[in-house]
Amino acid sequence: MADEKKKPTFRKIAATGPCKKLMADHFYELDEAAKSGSRKIAWCTSVGPAELLRAMGFLVYFPENHGAILGATRVALDTIPIANAAGYSPEICSYLTSDVGAYMKGETPLSMAYEGITEVPKPDVLVYNTNQCRDVKDWFMWYSRELDVPCIGIESFCNIDVSREPHIAAVSRQLQDLVPALEKISGQKLDLDRLKEVVGLSRKCSDLWEETLQMGAAVPSPLTFFDSTILMGPAVVARGTQEANDFYELLIPELKQRVKDGVAAVDGEKHRIYWDGMPIWGKLRDLSTTFLSLQTCVVASTYCNSWVFSDLDSANPFDSMAKAYTDLFIVRSDSAKEDYISKMARDFKVDGFLFHDAKTCPSNSNNRYGMPERLAAQFKVPSVTIAGDLNDLRLYSEEQSITQIEAFIEQLGEK
Amino acid sequence: MAPKLYAGVDVGSSATKVVIVDGNGAALARALEPSGMDFVAASKTALERAVNDAGASIDDIAHVTSSGYGRKNVEFANDTKTEIACHARGAYQHFREAMTIVDIGGQDNKIIKIGADGTRLDFKMNRKCAAGTGAFLEEIARRMNVDMSDMDALARKSEEIVTISSFCTVFAATEILSLIRQGAQTRDIARGAFRSVVKRVIEMDSLAGRVVATGGVVSHNPIVLELMAESIGHEVLTPPEPQFSGALGAALYAVDEARQ
Repeated sequence: MADEKKKPTFRKIAATGPCKKLMADHFYELDEAAKSGSRKIAWCTSVGPAELLRAMGFLVYFPENHGAILGATRVALDTIPIANAAGYSPEICSYLTSDVGAYMKGETPLSMAYEGITEVPKPDVLVYNTNQCRDVKDWFMWYSRELDVPCIGIESFCNIDVSREPHIAAVSRQLQDLVPALEKISGQKLDLDRLKEVVGLSRKCSDLWEETLQMGAAVPSPLTFFDSTILMGPAVVARGTQEANDFYELLIPELKQRVKDGVAAVDGEKHRIYWDGMPIWGKLRDLSTTFLSLQTCVVASTYCNSWVFSDLDSANPFDSMAKAYTDLFIVRSDSAKEDYISKMARDFKVDGFLFHDAKTCPSNSNNRYGMPERLAAQFKVPSVTIAGDLNDLRLYSEEQSITQIEAFIEQLGEK
Repeated sequence: MAPKLYAGVDVGSSATKVVIVDGNGAALARALEPSGMDFVAASKTALERAVNDAGASIDDIAHVTSSGYGRKNVEFANDTKTEIACHARGAYQHFREAMTIVDIGGQDNKIIKIGADGTRLDFKMNRKCAAGTGAFLEEIARRMNVDMSDMDALARKSEEIVTISSFCTVFAATEILSLIRQGAQTRDIARGAFRSVVKRVIEMDSLAGRVVATGGVVSHNPIVLELMAESIGHEVLTPPEPQFSGALGAALYAVDEARQ
């Protein structure tokens, strides 16, 4: 009775190769510095003051990136319980618990991907910004106690509609206050011209990444959210460097060519979805395949756009960094987030919204205060909310989630 | 030549249901099997029984649409539809109007809203735990050493209100032990358990307008309909054979698909 069904195929982006090489170079450079002591290493939260750290000669390592790798490789499943047993609740950020658990276990997925790397690079300083959540500070403080390394940072504002001058001034002042401590650790004075240069490079990276993501507005879209979670790597770990910008200069023409030729990332694109919230790292491939088979492209996301910092201005480095960090999506009020997602929905011509309610990431689970219902009413398009988590797959029910996604796409097809 | 028939197979977490319809969508036969561990075997057995009851043979089946959690395991199905689509379709076959469908299954609950023309407008599923589902009731019955098939009659004898507050099925079971220690009657706990199911459902979404309940829990425990109506303040309807609503919907989709 049944016919053989054709399996969907992925359309690989050629620049994924150079992307992987950049990531490898990043980790090998850090590993070499950690082993030889040739450069000082700063650990930085993902929207911490990376530009300042680079300008002061540090190599920058991002534990959240390591958290995502722990999730994507599903090593997190083994390491989260170790942190839980050490008193770090299953209810808190699973990047934190998977990363701390991995350290306690003496394990890193970097060693599987990069021959010769056996551990994460030891820091000389830990620098946080609480603009994302309090968990990043608790995370870094664990390492500070464990490794006896100084932990300094910025206490940011939460739930703001629009950043105003007092917000910017307060964060800018905190940024400047970091300088003496960092100078002491790095052994070199801050060169303001170098900082301006790095901020300029970072702004350029932001512009290029934004241009990349904007390609998803084309119909059909040349890339998916799942592609973007990989292609964002250089913007995450190397913003403020020429190498990151060179990568996006390589990627953008490939995507432009796809748009020109009408090449779709998802063959026969029928539906266009907005993904709000964190990725489910351990299920990226499965979800990508599901959407591909449903001829549905996830064309835009809040998550990937979180590495767009259009306020960075090399002429005014401290204040512009303060503004860029304080206007980050995740730190904004629900009404500001709603305005942002509304604009994205219009720009990307979406047919529906998918909200990921990530159990351990309340700051970036934006379904909890009625936003799906408000957006669905505003746009007259449906939404679906799936319960899951960024890294802790114990909190994700695959059968239920796939059924919800398939039912949602069926519903879009009935329109 | 025998007229062509169409089958809907709904492989749920507890039971596998099959409905056979003719080309006009009229139900000719139905069968139910425990899903067990082998979804393929359960769906085959149920299909064979239903086909037999319809006085037909497997060769008369022109198209099979499968649904439910095990829909992708039904290797003889021509296509699949989610249980959300099928419950909506099955309920609309009986009530041709805009409505809110509440499906209470073995391991999950769904609330599906459809328009006057049967188009789906919205749906919600319970979060991944079994709160408010058939599995919850089974656990409570087991704790009280009561056969699940006696729960409805037992609850109807209740004279006192007992409240079970916990979301979690495991915690609810602990709560029941505490109630038993306090001298609560099993009949009152049984009614409290049904009331808890209704509470979990009504907090999922608004139940406005025409409300239709489907699924195995409602089919075997009509007290749920009464408690739900009491709670939302208006009537709750149910189609004939509510446990087969999803399989009927799947069979109706099979007719559509075969025509395309």
